Amino acid sequence: MGDVLKKVPVREQEPKVRATNFDEVCLGYNKEEAMEEASRCINCKNAKCVTGCPVNINIPGFIAQVKEGNFEEAYKVISESSALPAICGRVCPQESQCEGKCIRGIKGESISIGKLERFVADWARENGIKPAAPTEKNGKKVAVIGSGPSGLTCAGDLAKLGYDVTIFEALHEPGGVLVYGIPEFRLPKLDVVAKEVENVKALGVKIETNVIIGRSITIDELMDEEGFEAVFIGSGAGLPMFMGIPGETAKGVFSANEYLTRNNLMKAFRDDYDTPIVRGKKVAVVGGGNVAMDAARTALRLGAEVHIVYRRSEAELPARVEEVHHAKEEGIIFDLLTNPKEILVDENDAVKGMTCIRMELGEPDASGRRRPVEIPGSEFTLDVDTVIMSLGTSPNPLISSTTIGLDTNKRKCIIAEEETGKTSKDGVYAGGDAVTGAATVILAMGAGKTAAKGIHEFLSNKQ
Amino acid sequence: MYKILKAGKLAGNIYEMVVEAPRVAKHCLPGQFVIVKMDEVGERIPLTICDYDREAGTITIVFQPIGASTEKFTKLQAGDAFRDFVGPLGQPSELCVEENLEETKKKKILFVAGGVGTAPVYPQVKWLHEHGVAADVIIGAKTKELVILEDKFAKVCGNLYITTDDGSYGRSGMVTKVIDDLITNEGKTYDHCVSIGPMIMMKFCCLTTKKYNLPTIVSMNPIMVDGTGMCGACRVMVGDEVKFACVDGPEFDGHAIDFDAAMKRQAMYKTEEGRALLKLREGDTHHGGCGNCGGDK
Repeated sequence: MGDVLKKVPVREQEPKVRATNFDEVCLGYNKEEAMEEASRCINCKNAKCVTGCPVNINIPGFIAQVKEGNFEEAYKVISESSALPAICGRVCPQESQCEGKCIRGIKGESISIGKLERFVADWARENGIKPAAPTEKNGKKVAVIGSGPSGLTCAGDLAKLGYDVTIFEALHEPGGVLVYGIPEFRLPKLDVVAKEVENVKALGVKIETNVIIGRSITIDELMDEEGFEAVFIGSGAGLPMFMGIPGETAKGVFSANEYLTRNNLMKAFRDDYDTPIVRGKKVAVVGGGNVAMDAARTALRLGAEVHIVYRRSEAELPARVEEVHHAKEEGIIFDLLTNPKEILVDENDAVKGMTCIRMELGEPDASGRRRPVEIPGSEFTLDVDTVIMSLGTSPNPLISSTTIGLDTNKRKCIIAEEETGKTSKDGVYAGGDAVTGAATVILAMGAGKTAAKGIHEFLSNKQ
Repeated sequence: MYKILKAGKLAGNIYEMVVEAPRVAKHCLPGQFVIVKMDEVGERIPLTICDYDREAGTITIVFQPIGASTEKFTKLQAGDAFRDFVGPLGQPSELCVEENLEETKKKKILFVAGGVGTAPVYPQVKWLHEHGVAADVIIGAKTKELVILEDKFAKVCGNLYITTDDGSYGRSGMVTKVIDDLITNEGKTYDHCVSIGPMIMMKFCCLTTKKYNLPTIVSMNPIMVDGTGMCGACRVMVGDEVKFACVDGPEFDGHAIDFDAAMKRQAMYKTEEGRALLKLREGDTHHGGCGNCGGDK
């Protein structure tokens, strides 16, 4: 028995080895490790961790089952609240959610809730445990737009209630950000994402790929011509932002979305795929979020020296702690308190460097974080041939601009009631990044869940 | 899967296919494009819609192989299928929208089509014809054998002018010469021009029409990945603004486009695409130990 104040360490690929492959970094717990970690849980009566979870998983409940070795029971407990546990166990920012509230965390390290959730979900998959399809169908058709975390969750919950659900996906693979955004080494596509999608399909959900709502068909047509009684919009926040500095349209400047989509969805890292990708020698990734870490670690694996260029300090990095830690271990160089001013180009319009300026932290701004201000005269040139902009994304206006009576706010986000997901248009619900702007997988799942309840209530009362 | 109902060569290295895609056919308008992916490992290839049949639920695409994926397209036959076919994407041509019809009818319109770009001009001219507008069309090609769709155009356009670089058919010389001749020597006047073809042709076409203050729309076909606004690969400078060709375009004011920058961006994957194409054509034997690409190590 180890130190009860400390987490049972999780096995990972060696940094030097994993920096050259796209296999998953974290290897997860085995049975013994999971049961030992679970035994550290003191099963609080008034469990704070549950309140920290956006979908309120009965965390002490499932951990108690893991402790006893009843993994199937543990999976059932999680499945009551989450449709995608193998994914959430891997990508949730646990340190600011469940684990951040854990009582154990006051004196020592919190329970490794994320790793336990992942273990349970992986065990269920490996042992062929699937969620049961509903026996009774109510015959009511609901359309779900987007097959990312919010769409899959909403569709899964509605199917469990007996609805006839069709998901419309714009890309050629279902999964949304889980497939195009988050890399293989953090979230395996075939073993984890595709299997979770299969689980949702096992509930009776149909998925139609290559349909762009707003272009291939509109929401009004779905409701008027194809017989859908309600629609959930979970179309995400797809449009990348750029800085607006000189040189940004040069060759060798990418949005993180493009770079990651080429590699994750289009599998440019694999020789057997046709997708080209520019393998820079020295890459700067501008930004400090999870997407920036993903892009940086992808570029590293494609053989580059990689710099994270972030205008605030380490404490403000919005990425998950584990991602920053992994990135550092793998040899990513962090140029903190640094901001790009101009991308320098050669005669062929290709990137040959980036002028940056040093920053210092001033007074707190509206976000509560100390505002970075330029240090005059501190400009310097970063020697890079590739720049990846990872500054955040905003919702695609395609749906809002083609749907009559669907209100958006000034950031082009769809306006939806927090308690129900209801939008300004009758029968249309929305959630996830399309409503909040870029956020996390689990918040999107929470919104998908809420909207499923909202839709169920709406359709139950509508006779 | 999206079934290919017809496949064949239009001319030289230019291929035409009719593909079953009812959702696209029901909603598309001239000027819009589709993204086509042949199989699991293929790229997503943006192609402008060249014709559509709403009743039959089909879309016609025309392409020239330029990379590994489009090279593979050429092997497909009627009865085969594309794994993915999505659209319609982008904004329709502003000429081919019912709401603008009254305005459009007042205009004298000239289309300038070049090479494989002749094909996406066709649905625009046809749409106008069906709505009572006869537009003039210039088709430019390198040589006689590469002139495509002449018969189809003849049925739907006003005057049809064909020119070949080598003078083997129709007039002789570049499309820009025809524009000059029509306007300065043959007394033609136009209020609106649409130019679709190779980037270099659109650039010079715009330089020419600018002399006559003739507003000119061009259709950009830059590098794209998703085609829905997600990746930003297709950004083009239009005036001082960065636009995404996939959602803001593909048609833009040609006089505001920075063609030189666009052509440089177009070349971004030239080496990678070229290598993939070589690998496809020559198998692993293309690694001849040149020492340049590192592929022989």
